[in-house]
Amino acid sequence: MNTARAWEVLGTVPDPEVPVISVVELGIVREVTVDPAGAVEVVITPTYSGCPAMFEIEKDVRTALEAAGATAVRVRTVLSPAWTTDWIPETAREKLRAYGIAPPGPAERGGLISLVRARPPVPCPWCGSTQTTLKSEFGSTACKAIHVCSSCQQPFDEFKAI
Amino acid sequence: MTAQGHDADEVGIAAGTAQAGDRPVAGASRGPRLGPPLVEFLLRLGDDRLILGHRLSEWCGHGPILEEDIALSNFALDLIGQAASLLRLAGEVEGEGRDEDALAYFRDGVQYRNCLLVEQSRGHFGDTIVRQFLFDAYSALLWESLLGVPHEGLAAIAAKAIKEDRYHLRHSSEWVVRLGDGTPESHGRVQGSLDRLWRYTGELFEADAIDQAVAAQGIVVDHRALRSRWDHLVDDVLGRATLVRPAEGAMQRGGRVGRHTEHLGHLLATMQSVARAHPGARW
Repeated sequence: MNTARAWEVLGTVPDPEVPVISVVELGIVREVTVDPAGAVEVVITPTYSGCPAMFEIEKDVRTALEAAGATAVRVRTVLSPAWTTDWIPETAREKLRAYGIAPPGPAERGGLISLVRARPPVPCPWCGSTQTTLKSEFGSTACKAIHVCSSCQQPFDEFKAI
Repeated sequence: MTAQGHDADEVGIAAGTAQAGDRPVAGASRGPRLGPPLVEFLLRLGDDRLILGHRLSEWCGHGPILEEDIALSNFALDLIGQAASLLRLAGEVEGEGRDEDALAYFRDGVQYRNCLLVEQSRGHFGDTIVRQFLFDAYSALLWESLLGVPHEGLAAIAAKAIKEDRYHLRHSSEWVVRLGDGTPESHGRVQGSLDRLWRYTGELFEADAIDQAVAAQGIVVDHRALRSRWDHLVDDVLGRATLVRPAEGAMQRGGRVGRHTEHLGHLLATMQSVARAHPGARW
C-alpha cells in the first residue's frame, strides 16, 4: 500500500447518499498518508456540520482500505478549510447530471447574504430546460435543494452550492 | 422561573482575571457559579444551537407542508451538528473528560447557557419561523464576527457554520415576508409572534464579564456593532413583510448564566431521558 494506491482505492468508495460519485470526487478526502508499514491515515472533512453520512463514510473508507491491504487505517476529521462544492470536479458534475441531480453553481462568497436568491434558474438535468422553479433550498439530504421543471413536469434535486 | 431584572454584573467573575484553562471561578455571593470564560463562551454558542435544534426537530413529521417539514428537519440537523462541534470543543478546553454527549445529556437546566429565545416552546408555525428569523439574523452576523478569531478551533467552526446559517437566514426571511405580507390571518398571527418573542431579543446583545474575558484572549465580539447590523437586517425584512417592529420594552434575560424559563426543563426532560435511563448505552 502506498499513497497513490490509497487514493485509487478511495476513488472507488461511493458517497452513501449520492452513490454515483466517490468520496474523493465529493471533495471530502483532504489528505492521505501511508507509513512504511502500510498504515494509512485519511483526513476527511464533513460536507455539512450535521451530515449523518459521515459515520457511514468513515466505516466505508476503513473497510475499503483494509480490504486493499492497509495494515491499519486511521480516519481523522477536520473542519478547516470548510468544505465547498467548488471542490467537485467537472467530471463528477457530469455524473451528477446524468444521475438526475443538477450540479452546484459557484459557491457564494463574501458579504453576508442576498435575501433574494441571485442564481438564475437551474437547468433541468432531465430535459435541459431552464423553465424551472426552486421549490425549497432544503431537500432529501442536507446538500440538496428541490426544483421542478415546467417543461418536462419533473421534480429534480440540485446539489446546492455552498 | 423567568429571569427578569437580574443584571449581567451579577455574574460572579472578575473581568480580565480569568484565562482559558483556569479552574472554575467561584461565584460572587449573589451570582451563579461559572466555569472558565472560554468554556462558558463555547457553551453559550453550543447550547443555543442544541436547544434550538431540538425545538426544530419537534416539527419532524408535523410540518404544515412536506417541504417545510423537510426544511425544518434540515435546519435541526445543521444546528445540532454545529452544537456537537462546539460542545466537543468546550469539553476539550475544559479538560475534565466531558465530551459533547456528556455535556448535552448530563447537565441540568441551571448548567445550560442558551439564550431564553431558543428554549421557548415551538408554538405555531409562525412562532417557529419568527423565532428562527430573529435567531438566524443574529447567528449569521455573530459567525461573521468570529471568522478571524485567533482560536483555530472556533474559527474553523465559524467558517463552516456561517455557510449553513446563510441558507437558514434566507429561508426564514422569505417565510417572514410570505406570512407577514400574506393574508390578514397570517399577518396577524406572525405580528403576534413577533410581539411575544421580542422581549427575548435583548439578551442576544448583552456583553458581560465572560465576553470581556474571552476578548482578552482575542475572541472579540463587538456587541453594539452586532446589534446595529442586526437592527438593520431585521428592519429590512420586517419592512418587506409589512410587520411592525415592537416598541423596546422590558427585556427578559438570564439564560447565559443558567436562569431559564420553565420551558427549558420540559425540553431537557424529553431530550435527556433516554441517555439518562441507559447511561453509556451503545447501539
